[in-house]
Amino acid sequence: MNTSNVNKAILMLALAASCTVQAAENETTDSDRIAAYREMISDGNPAEFDEMRGEELWKTAAGPNQATLEKCDLGKGPGVVKGAYAELPRYFKDTGKVQDLESRLLTCMTTLQGLKEEDISAKPFASEKKASDISSLTTYVVGQSKGIKMAVSVKHPKEKEAYEIGKRIFNYRAGPYDFACSTCHATSGVRIRMQDLPNLSSNKKDAQSAYTSWPAYRVSQGLTRSFQWRLNDCFRQQRFPEPKFASEATVALTMFLAVSANGAKYDGPGLKR
Amino acid sequence: MGKPMKIRAAVKDGVTEVKILMQHEMETGLRKEADGTLVPAWFITEVKAQYQGRTVLEAQFGQSISKNPYLLFHFKGGAAGEKVTVSWVDNKGDTRTDEVAIAA
Amino acid sequence: MNAKQIIGMVVAASFAAAILPAQAASLDAKTTDIIKRDFRDKGIAKASRVNQDELQAACSKYVDKVPTKLKHKLEAEQEKAVKWPADGKYMGDWKAGEKLAQSGRGMTWSDKPEDAAGGNCYNCHQLSSTEIAYGTIGPSLLNFGKIRGNTEEVQRYAYGRIYNAKAYNACANMPRFGHMGILSEAQIKDLVALLLDPESPVNK
Repeated sequence: MNTSNVNKAILMLALAASCTVQAAENETTDSDRIAAYREMISDGNPAEFDEMRGEELWKTAAGPNQATLEKCDLGKGPGVVKGAYAELPRYFKDTGKVQDLESRLLTCMTTLQGLKEEDISAKPFASEKKASDISSLTTYVVGQSKGIKMAVSVKHPKEKEAYEIGKRIFNYRAGPYDFACSTCHATSGVRIRMQDLPNLSSNKKDAQSAYTSWPAYRVSQGLTRSFQWRLNDCFRQQRFPEPKFASEATVALTMFLAVSANGAKYDGPGLKR
Repeated sequence: MGKPMKIRAAVKDGVTEVKILMQHEMETGLRKEADGTLVPAWFITEVKAQYQGRTVLEAQFGQSISKNPYLLFHFKGGAAGEKVTVSWVDNKGDTRTDEVAIAA
Repeated sequence: MNAKQIIGMVVAASFAAAILPAQAASLDAKTTDIIKRDFRDKGIAKASRVNQDELQAACSKYVDKVPTKLKHKLEAEQEKAVKWPADGKYMGDWKAGEKLAQSGRGMTWSDKPEDAAGGNCYNCHQLSSTEIAYGTIGPSLLNFGKIRGNTEEVQRYAYGRIYNAKAYNACANMPRFGHMGILSEAQIKDLVALLLDPESPVNK
């Protein structure tokens, strides 16, 4: 390191940050240490790159219609992205359906840009080899709700119904292991191996912090993961088959989890182990 | 040319804090694909930050640094509105340079 | 605000949120239809996995709080279906049991058909004192055999509990390892040994 002109340049790599955290190690739990680590690198969340990619995609003409998504109505009017995610899922008059962010983006990409739904759904998640457009678009949109309070409505009968169905999907036990979401996520203060499990059904704080921190950059995978991906990976570990992308089942489950997070400030895209 | 960096710089009480988030795969050269083929090494080797033509930080990176590296450092001096320039070079000779104005 | 007003508010609130029984039944039916339509085969995880047996359906419907009479009926049915070892022996090799207990693999869509399923034990239970990475969804099983001894009665109990936890508690979180064909008879015996063998690290 060259410090010829500067007396004290303090170099701190996030990877080496553990030395700072260790000072307080005796009284703190793993969760505290992880929180401190997150705080330290909060301005260094690589999810930002996916947000940048998503914003570019949002504003670039694409598809057979060579249209951008800037007229896409995410619920707050055509083109309004700010705060839209904090109110999703919601009922949309034009489609007559309750939609979450992913299914609504699918509507916009098919109607505005003329893309084929099956082409988009075929590649819903990013992989090491290839980024996913719809996944990056969600990262961009959620970032525009950072700091905004979650306010998902269940006033419309269809919204209320989606919530009720989502709750039932959460408790639906099936498969070779008899697991439901609730098997792992309905008790406070338990963990799988060393991994703390949030109680998403009866602990408001857990439900809020879990929901508002997704989508997230997964350090262990080097990828920004969407909320749909998170649900999919839960179903995988539940030994379930795969939920179809942006299906009524995933929208309903998302509705249940989003409503449980109401009142908390949206804080994504997050950063996970 | 490499992908853009995210750089933030702010001066407070005569010390400038610089946060750099780089976009890079940082392949160690030790990782294998599912079929057993080795993924070739590809990582940043040098990072340099400059302020008014002075080098305020020079670092040598290697395989042990994670994908999309994040670097935070401070230097004495710096004035709001002035620019900090950061550049990196990787083992394939690829390079990227970005700059940012120091915020108050 | 007096007590009456508070009661009034609570009653009003519960009315607003309440779902009538007829509505609940139709929502249950709708949920099942949606799930059957919206899940698809992936790898070894076939879409048919979402079809529930009677026990799964009851535990889902009552959110694991099944009425007592039905609970006992379900438990009796599960117990009747337990296949006890033909040789009358319940204990295998605790070392093989420890390996199985460590493995959380098996039956997900990312597992291959030839990948053997593990016991997933440490995911939820403390077992050996030397393994600190254990889950807490299930009770600690540390010193399981030291506390209970390893009489034939205890061995049979441990075997049955692993073979089909639902025979003892209809809506237990624990999978039915024998009943659902996740583990073989020999593997369950190895796990019984892990719990009960005096030489096992669970009892050291």
